[in-house]
Parts: sequence; structure tokens; C-alpha cells
Amino acid sequence: MVGHVLRRVGGAVLTLFIVLLLVFVAVQIVPGDPARWVVGPDAAPEDYAAARARLGLDTPWPVRFGSWMGALLAGDWGESRLYRQPVRPLVLSGLSVTLPLAVLALGMSLLLALSLGTIAATRVGRWLDVGTVGVLQLGTAIPEFWLGILLVGLLAVTWRVLPAGGFPGWGESRAWASLVLPALSLALPRGAYLARMVRASLADVLGEDYVRTARAKGVSELRTVAVHALRNALIPVVTSAGLALARLVGGAMVVENVFGLPGLGRLAVAAVEGRDLPLLSSAAAVVTGLVVVVSLIVDLGYVLLDPRIRER
Amino acid sequence: MRRHVGLWTGMICLLVAVSPVLVGLAWVPQDPLSLGPERLAAPSLRHPFGTDWFGRDTLSRIMVGGRASLLVALLAVAGGGTVGIALGGFAGYIGGIGEEVVMRLVDVVLSFPALLLALLLGAAWGPGLLGVATALALFNLPFFARVARAGVRSIREREFVLASRAAGAGGGRILVRHIAPHLASPLLVQATVALGAALLAESSLSYLRLGVQPPSPAWGRMLREAQSYFPSFPWPAVFPGLTIALAVLGLNLIGDALRDSLDPSFRRAIRLRPS
Repeated sequence: MVGHVLRRVGGAVLTLFIVLLLVFVAVQIVPGDPARWVVGPDAAPEDYAAARARLGLDTPWPVRFGSWMGALLAGDWGESRLYRQPVRPLVLSGLSVTLPLAVLALGMSLLLALSLGTIAATRVGRWLDVGTVGVLQLGTAIPEFWLGILLVGLLAVTWRVLPAGGFPGWGESRAWASLVLPALSLALPRGAYLARMVRASLADVLGEDYVRTARAKGVSELRTVAVHALRNALIPVVTSAGLALARLVGGAMVVENVFGLPGLGRLAVAAVEGRDLPLLSSAAAVVTGLVVVVSLIVDLGYVLLDPRIRER
Repeated sequence: MRRHVGLWTGMICLLVAVSPVLVGLAWVPQDPLSLGPERLAAPSLRHPFGTDWFGRDTLSRIMVGGRASLLVALLAVAGGGTVGIALGGFAGYIGGIGEEVVMRLVDVVLSFPALLLALLLGAAWGPGLLGVATALALFNLPFFARVARAGVRSIREREFVLASRAAGAGGGRILVRHIAPHLASPLLVQATVALGAALLAESSLSYLRLGVQPPSPAWGRMLREAQSYFPSFPWPAVFPGLTIALAVLGLNLIGDALRDSLDPSFRRAIRLRPS
């Protein structure tokens, strides 16, 4: 089991390294010539050379990658061109919105997936199952930002149940309330997708011999489904929940723009429009780091679900 | 017939969503860019889907805006599919360390949110169709690579492949003549589902103002413009969203139906209760 954990951690570190390399390549090598933007197209060759040296562009790219990664790990993330302030507090405050949003959405979608998936799987072929499957099919096809627009219109503007957008900051009373609608519009499509997986997987497991044995020895139907069957049925679902998180973080970055939440998605989009490369690359590094770490946690959570791995 | 309900429903949904775009290639009722006097109008005979803030005809804009969405989705699936199948098939065929390395790289791409990739490419190349299509192609690559690898691995050691090798066939011939036909159906299912996912992702990106630039319309961008007037003027926000959802729903239904009929083990799993 220790070997398994070590292997997973090693894999995650390797993944993180390659992902950072990808971010570096995309931001630092592809986009033309940052020194040219700094000095302008008509600058004297000496000024241009000085700017190149100042930005560290005269060193070969592996050296630049090394120093960029070193600075990133050391917490020196540079200065934002757009906001004219250090990148790190900007990105961290964005993260303090995006992460709770993604976690809340993941919780909601798992809740949705487990309840609807179980309801459908225990009634395969009957009208409640057919109806649920139809609704879920529809749910996976709806763009989350459109759902967000519709939810704001109905729940926030027309009925005034929840805040329509914006974020008052942590510590304010409406902070969590203003995350509910964004999380809901993320969770419905993702939860619908996961619910279909739960249904397929649970329906499969319910046909196994050991489930029949449990029923035969008089275990209650609730316990059979909730304890005996669901545990095994969740193994493939947990695998895809890790993937779901990568999509959820991406989706959160879109939905933040619908609701005007000051998260990483807003920062990243602003950074693209303002060509703010230090901000964009740090935000990208943080987001991918987050995804890698969470998939590692999900991977290790596997051990709790599947004893076959534990014994190895 | 009952078995094909999903397939037919999917086909109809897809047709309803996509046929306006196809018709729009030849004929558009009104100029999608010309401003009109009726702003934010409700659906009428003259404007079946209403108009937007500038008085532009929503139906015409959906017909023209779908070109970019569908083009990007097709490019993303074709590009990601080709490279993914080649990588996955190669990895599955050679096995060993090479397979390990390729699939590890594929997993890395998988943990990279597509949106982030599109933002990075948008910053690098400037906002445009190419960056969005490349990002979505990369996003699709791992799924195709996994399906192709799994397929190749399951067939590689079968008797008919060994027999062919014993008869002197080379690696290329074995891949093309004996292994590829077996991969066709899982890859077809994957392509259908991927097309729907790419369409969804493209609409998100064009909502974020990546992709085609104004004044050219795009489905996602139309929703962004409509958002300011919703719910006071709901119509501009309804029809583009409905079109996207219908197209994706159609593709998903078709994908499910294909999987059900092509993969017997899956069908058994779902219809297990004789009751």
C-alpha cells in the first residue's frame, strides 16, 4: 500500500512538471516577442537588447524554464502588467473564490448523481427510470453558462431568492449565498453526467451474485443497495469524479464570468485580453496544480473504496 | 423499432439544430449584420426568433453563427481523433516502456482543463478560430488515444493476428487490415460523443469572447450579448441556447444508441432485469 501511495505521488509530481512545462511553452515561447512589446516596434537596437536582457530572454529556454519554476515555487510570481501589482495576492484571492465554488459544485453534483442514479438504477425499465434518464440526458446537453443566465433571470431577478451576481467578500453574510447559483449551474450538467454513470454501474452491480446472496440472507433492500452494492458501484464513478473536477474547474472559470465572481476565471480572461503573461501563467499554473493535487487525493481515496489495492 | 427510439430522437434533434446552419450556407432570410429598427423584438412573422439589441434578426444570426461552432467542433474531433488514434494505437501495439510513456503523456493532457488551454492559446495567437480548435483537439486527444489503445491491446494477441503474423504480414499491414476494422465501432461512438462535447466547449469559449470575433455571430457570444437584457427581454437568450442544447442532445442520443447496438456487453448490463 505504501508502494502504491508513493507511486501515485511520484506520478503526480511528474504530471505537474510536464503541465508546468506546457504552460511555460504556451506562454513564454509561442507568443511572439515580449521584449518587443515592452520597448515598442520602433525602439533602438540597444534598448531592445537591454529589454531582452532585463526580461531574461537572452538565456536559453531550459534555463528560463528552470528559473521560472524556481520563482513559482519560491512564491515570487512577478508583477501583473494589467493590475500593476504583485501577481501572488491577486491569484490567491481568485483561488479563494474558485476553489470553494468548485468544491460546492462537486458536492452538489455528487449528491444529485447519487440520489438520481440510485433511484433510476433500482427501477431499471420502469417509468420513473425512463423519466429520470430522459431528464439526465437533457441535463448533460445544456451549456452551464446558459443555465447560469436562465437561473439568474428566474431565481435572482424575477423572484429575488438569491443574489444575482458579484461577490461581497469572505466574512460578509451573503458570501456563501452568492456562490449557490453559480455552483448550481455548474452542478446540474456535471451531476447529470455522473448520475448516468451511477445508474449504469449500480444496475450492473445489482445483477451480481453477491447482491442476490445478500437479499437471500434477509438483508434489507435499503442496506443491500446502499451498503453492499453502492460501494462497488462507486469505483468507476470515483475515477471519473477526478476527471469531473478538471472539467468543473474549467466550468467554474466560465461561470464566474456569468455571475461576475472575482475568481481565477475572471482573472485569466482579463489576463488574455490584456496580454498579461505573468498573471496568466501563474493563474494557469495554480489551476493545473489544483487539478493534479485533487486527482491525486481522489486516486488515494480509491484505496479506501477498493481493498484489492490496499493489499498490494 | 422500439430499440431505435433513441437513435431516431437523436437524429431529429440534431437535424432540427443543424439544418438551419446548412440552409444558411446557401440562403439567409436577412443580413445577420444589418441593424434594424425593431430592437429586442419578440418572435413575429418577420423575425421568427425575434431580434437582438441592435435589431438584428436572431434566426439569421443563428444560421450564420453555427458555421463557426460546427466547424470548430468538426476540426477538434478530426484533429484530436487522428492524432489520438495514431498515438493510442501505436502505444497499444508496441507495448512495454513506449506504451507507458505515451499513455502517461496522454494522462497529463487529460488533467489540463480545455478552457485553460484555449486561454493560453488565445493569449499566444490572439483570439481566433484556430486557437480554439487546437485547444479542443488537444482536449479530445486523450479520449481517442485511450479507446484506440484499449482496442488494440485486446486484439493484438488474438489468434487471427498471430496467424497473420506467422504468414509473414508486417506491422503496418496487421494494423490496417486486421486491427483497424475492430476499432471502427468504438471509435465511431467516441467521435459522436466527442462532437457533442466539443460543441458545448466551443460555445463556452465563444461566450468568453474567444473564437470568431465580432461582428461575426457565434452561438455562445450571442448568449453573452443577450445576458444583459435577460429576463426583461428573454427571447435573444432563449433560441441560441436551445439550438446548442438540441444539437448536443442529438449527438449524445445518437452516441448512446450506437453504443447500445454496437457493444453487446453494455446492452446486457443495462437490460439485466427480466422482471
